This record gives sequence, structure tokens and C-alpha cells, in this order.
Amino acid sequence: MISDMLRDARFLNCGDSAICVEFSRDVDERANTVALALASALDAEPPEGMQEALPTYRSVLVAYDPLVTSAREMTAHIRTCLTRIRPSDQLGRRIEIPVYYGGDACLDLDDLVKTKGMDREELIALHMSVEYRVYMIGFAPGFAYLGGLPQQLAMPRKPVPRQLVPAGAIGIGGEQASVNSVAGPSAWHFIGQTPLRLFDPRRSDPFLLDAGDSLWFRRIDEVEFEDLSARVSRGESPDVIRETTV
Amino acid sequence: MSRTMRILNAGPMMTVQDGGRRGFLRFGVSGSGPMDRDAFEAANALVGNVPDAAGVEFALIGGRLSLADECLIAVTGGDVPVALNGKPISPWSSWRAPAGSELEIGAMRSGVWGYIAIGGGVTCPPVMGSRSTHLRSGVGGLEGRVLRTGDVLPLGSDTGAEPKKLIKPIRLRGGPISLVPGPQDDHFDEDAFSCLFGREFQVSQQRDRMAMMLDGPEIHAAGGHDIVSDGTLMGSIQVPPSGRLIVLMADRQTTGGFPKIATVASADLGRLVQTPSGKAVRFRAATVEQAEEMVREATEMRRSALENLAPNDPLTG
Repeated sequence: MISDMLRDARFLNCGDSAICVEFSRDVDERANTVALALASALDAEPPEGMQEALPTYRSVLVAYDPLVTSAREMTAHIRTCLTRIRPSDQLGRRIEIPVYYGGDACLDLDDLVKTKGMDREELIALHMSVEYRVYMIGFAPGFAYLGGLPQQLAMPRKPVPRQLVPAGAIGIGGEQASVNSVAGPSAWHFIGQTPLRLFDPRRSDPFLLDAGDSLWFRRIDEVEFEDLSARVSRGESPDVIRETTV
Repeated sequence: MSRTMRILNAGPMMTVQDGGRRGFLRFGVSGSGPMDRDAFEAANALVGNVPDAAGVEFALIGGRLSLADECLIAVTGGDVPVALNGKPISPWSSWRAPAGSELEIGAMRSGVWGYIAIGGGVTCPPVMGSRSTHLRSGVGGLEGRVLRTGDVLPLGSDTGAEPKKLIKPIRLRGGPISLVPGPQDDHFDEDAFSCLFGREFQVSQQRDRMAMMLDGPEIHAAGGHDIVSDGTLMGSIQVPPSGRLIVLMADRQTTGGFPKIATVASADLGRLVQTPSGKAVRFRAATVEQAEEMVREATEMRRSALENLAPNDPLTG
């Protein structure tokens, strides 16, 4: 129950300038819903001295100025806040992510098809069959950790990470899915690529996704991928369907 | 004409840093800013800048710079040889540099991170609210990257301040570094904590603006070395499966999946980051309340030092 989760929140010490409010030790959709609701409430009305709230899968890290407030005051404020928030599953926007299941970032699709004993089309259809939820942005700028991966697609991370995976790669790591934001090393399995840039500091809104957003994948072919990639690199923002559900 | 500074010879790790970037942790961008905030604010105070004005940070070795117009400069961070137009000048003081001056900064004799402040500050365009360079995201500073020989940085207007010198210490010296156990203290048993607070660690050469690795005894997490990723801070001490401590720094990843045994007290962060590689560090336990008291006292000490600068008369030194 969400009310139990609010009542049983753990306050973890993080030195003299932050406190972590933890709702679960595991990946848990309800804990994430509560964490996002708390972070929104704190951002909407920041208590004196609060600097930033970072919601994650299952917790919120609240950073503050120790010259203005204290862990004790911050904890008391957050406890009051927890009695007032009304966590909702309808959190953010709904966004369509075009994906080309091929090309440079389609590094592990064939292996995955073999391991899972599915055919290629079946696996892609399964990956596209659900709506994913952005649990958190972390690890790298704009990197989206997604919940909602169909159980049949879960796949433990590789023992040795790949040195370079392209930006926009669509990944699977354990029971999580990802849309990678910038090129870098990764031990996840990659099955495709989106031409969209999840992080572009030149845009007025540098980040495409935020924690709490929902997204789904739309399959595109190589021609559309190249076309969208060219438009994105010219600084255009191709239309992605965004619906605000709140 | 706009005022500029040219890098004639770049040290290996020079970046533009201001007070740091706030508000983007939830988007995966850590705050950046100076590794040693005390030394950074001292440099700004010496040239009459606001505390978070942008300057140049360097690691271990400075470099050679030329200043197109007259300005006030200061170098801080540690004991480092500095020459203005060939004449040695002391760090931790500000000096008036005539137009066309050349500033040469050598290798740090103590400390690791150095700061060059110029009156008026470095005025590269802010990105996402800050001029700090975040190398992982490639934002801020000059094109989001390390400074290179030949780069030209824009400078703000001269503050008209007089040369000053520091006469009071900006922070306490010596003694163990205080740590507050947590957030994942429950992943570790008594043996782990007696090791952390009883044994000696050495600062490894594997260090940068993202993290500092510590050599020494390995620490075992009885509760496992994997957690569901959660938020990190500058000063979070992660314990990966190797048992080798990782202290996260200004450009860290915003979330991490290793348990964090403790967090460095803010008051002691500057001392820790300035510990040279190979040198020993010892830790002691502090409660949240003790660390809060320490940061208040440390801030008071720094404020007092920076509000009581003495004139730096070039004749009497």
C-alpha cells in the first residue's frame, strides 16, 4: 500500500548537506511513484535552504545548504510533506520514440534472438508492445532508465562492458530498459537506435525526457532513421507526440 | 575592445569553473564547480570578485597565460611557483598585471588543485545556468572541454580592487578527515567500520574531477556490493565489489549502484581533495550534528580570513 510506504519512509544520513528519503530497497513502481510525487512537492514549494531534489527509482536525495537549515529541520519538513502528497500514476508526458531496429547500435539483437529462441520479428514486436515509464534519469546526462520491460526480454548484463555504444542506443540490462543519451561504455544489450537526441545543450530544453514520463517505441526503417538523424543534427526537433496527462 | 586572456601553454587539466551548476541532478548532470571551494573562493576574494565568479582550475601543473589588458590576478590552491612577467610573485595574494602581461604558473609543491582568478572573472557564456565545465556532458567553460594551448577566454571588467594578501588561515590544517556514516551504513558490519576508522588509506593516482580512488585495506559489504542505483553527492564514499574505496567528486555520475558507506563532512572536503597522490589519509566518525557544527565553524573561519585581507604592497611584499 502506498500509505504504508509513506509512513515507513526511511531517512538515510548523507553527511551535512543532504538527506535521502527511501521508500523501498528494490525497483518498485509504487516507490517510484511516491518518490516522484515527493520530489515534485518539494520542487513546487522548496523549504528554506533546500537546493535540489533528485528522485530515483525508489528514493529522493534532498540537497540543502547547512548554513540555512539542518538535517533535523529538513526531515521534519519532509515528514509533513509526506502526509500531504497524493501520489498519482499519471505523472508526466507521453512521448513517442522512433526506433530503427538495425544499424550501428543494433549490436545484440541477433544474439538475443538466439538466446530467447524467438524470431526477430517476434522479439521486436514484444519490445514495442508495451508503454514504458521513465523511472529516473541518471548515470549520464539525460540517460533514461525505463521500467515496464516484458519479462521475456529480461537479460543479465554482459560480464565485460563494451567500450563504446552510440548515443540513442536502445538497451536492455537485467529487467530494465534504457534509451541511452550520450555515447559511452555499457554492459547492456542493444537492439536498436533512436535518431532523437535525449540530451542537447544547444536546445532551450536540453533534455527530451524527465522522470515520470511514459514512452512507447515506434518502428522506423533505415530511410526514416537517416532522414530524422539529418534533421536532428541540423538542430531541428522532429515532432514527437507529447501528451500531457495531468 | 573586450578583455581577454590567452592560454600560451596549457597545463594538463585546466578547466573553467564557477560556483557550480544547480538544478540538473534529476537530469543526470552533477554540479561541477571547484574541487576545493575554500581555495576557489579565496582566489575570487583576493581579486575583488563575487565568491562564485568563474576562474580557471588546474591540476598539479599550471601553465603560461597572457593578459591583453591591465587586470588583477591571484593564484591559490597550494604552494606553487608563480611568475608575473618573469618576476616571482607569491600565491594567495593578488597582483596588478599591466596590459600585455605574461603569467607563468609551475608545478604545485603542495596540494593538487590550483585556481587562477582574474578581476572581473572569466565570462564564457553560461550553459544551463553556469560557466562551470562539465566534461562528461561537454557543457560549460570553453566548448565543454579542457583548455588547450591557443585558447582565448573572455574576461569581465576590472573590479578596480587593490592588491591584497591572505593573512589568516582559510581552514584548519591536519588531523583525520571526518566522515558521517551512511546512507548505506546498514550494508556494512562492525569490521568494515573499524577498518574505515582505524586503518590508513592512501590517495591513489587514479583521480580526476569525477572521483578519487583510495588504496589500502579492502572493505567488504556484508549486505552486498549492489544496490538499486540512487543519488550521489560530492563526498559520497562508494564501496564496489573490489573493496577499494571510491570518493565521488564534483563531476561524478548523479546516481550509482554501489553501496555508500559514508559521506565526507563538507568542512573536510577541501583538505581531502588537496591530499597528494601516495599520501596517507585517516578518517574519523562524525554524527550529522557534528558535521553540521563543523561546516558552520569552517565557514566562519573562511569568512573571517577573506574579510580580513591585508593590502599587498609590492614594495614591502
